[in-house]
Amino acid sequence: MSRQANRGTESKKMSSELFTLTYGALVTQLCKDYENDEDVNKQLDKMGYNIGVRLIEDFLARSNVGRCHDFRETADVIAKVAFKMYLGITPSITNWSPAGDEFSLILENNPLVDFVELPDNHSSLIYSNLLCGVLRGALEMVQMAVDVKFVQDTLKGDGVTEIRMRFIKRIEDNLPAGEE
Amino acid sequence: PALGESFSFLHSSFISSFWGGGRNSLTVLEGMGFRVGQGLAERLPRGALAFREELDTIKFLCRDLWGAVFRKQTDNLRTNHQGTYVLQDNNFPLLTQMAWGQQYLEETPKFLAFTCGLLRGTLSALGIESSVTASVASLPACKFQVVIQKA
Repeated sequence: MSRQANRGTESKKMSSELFTLTYGALVTQLCKDYENDEDVNKQLDKMGYNIGVRLIEDFLARSNVGRCHDFRETADVIAKVAFKMYLGITPSITNWSPAGDEFSLILENNPLVDFVELPDNHSSLIYSNLLCGVLRGALEMVQMAVDVKFVQDTLKGDGVTEIRMRFIKRIEDNLPAGEE
Repeated sequence: PALGESFSFLHSSFISSFWGGGRNSLTVLEGMGFRVGQGLAERLPRGALAFREELDTIKFLCRDLWGAVFRKQTDNLRTNHQGTYVLQDNNFPLLTQMAWGQQYLEETPKFLAFTCGLLRGTLSALGIESSVTASVASLPACKFQVVIQKA
């Protein structure tokens, strides 16, 4: 009997559930600590940002991805490498703006919300807002200022979860005059 | 394997977020771990939980729970056969991150509180009430002491 194989799948499932449950415990605790959903959203974003600025180093070290030349490359790396590496999913990239400075990530399933239901009195809560902060923080460390927000959420009854990313500007290093 | 790293990042962010703030943050962290442990155990298939003895349940923690959360097993398990168990991990993943900053041994409790709760919560959902404490002799090795509460 393949006890080993069973244990492997069981372990993977437990690992996935652990992650979802842990994220859920975080959101629950924040809802206790903060009076309104807006404050919870801000705190999730802030925590996500702090994760992002450290996560990028881990990502660059483990992925061997080189410098991205434009926002389209960045989008590809985010969806196909980063999301896969940290959440085990590959969102699709759609809805590019004509200027090429905005796109959407469509997540058909979101590991953060696998068996979660939003309680009734938290309609303004952006449950997965941590993700927006993570993306923003990570990209800031590679000199990109972006705006990231959820525009659709399966938790709120939408068919898919959609994250909109907008490139704001390149963050220039301030080098003294006379240097390259 | 992806989610193991992500759990680690999430866990570190708790430590910074729930530290300070004038209330017993260790209790908050332990409480979060407890709820997660309960949730995890409740979602296990019934067949996986048919433990004949208390020791088998503890071994489940050392092998299966540790494997799922930390992608390794505990290094050592000791018991007095009277309801006290000591789980030893010589290279505890949530402590190895402490090498980054200027951390001191006094800071370790906050890195262990969630896991203590996780163990306590898992056991609770399996019908076993316990108290779980952790100690660090030298980084990154630590011990979790589980004391089963008799009815």
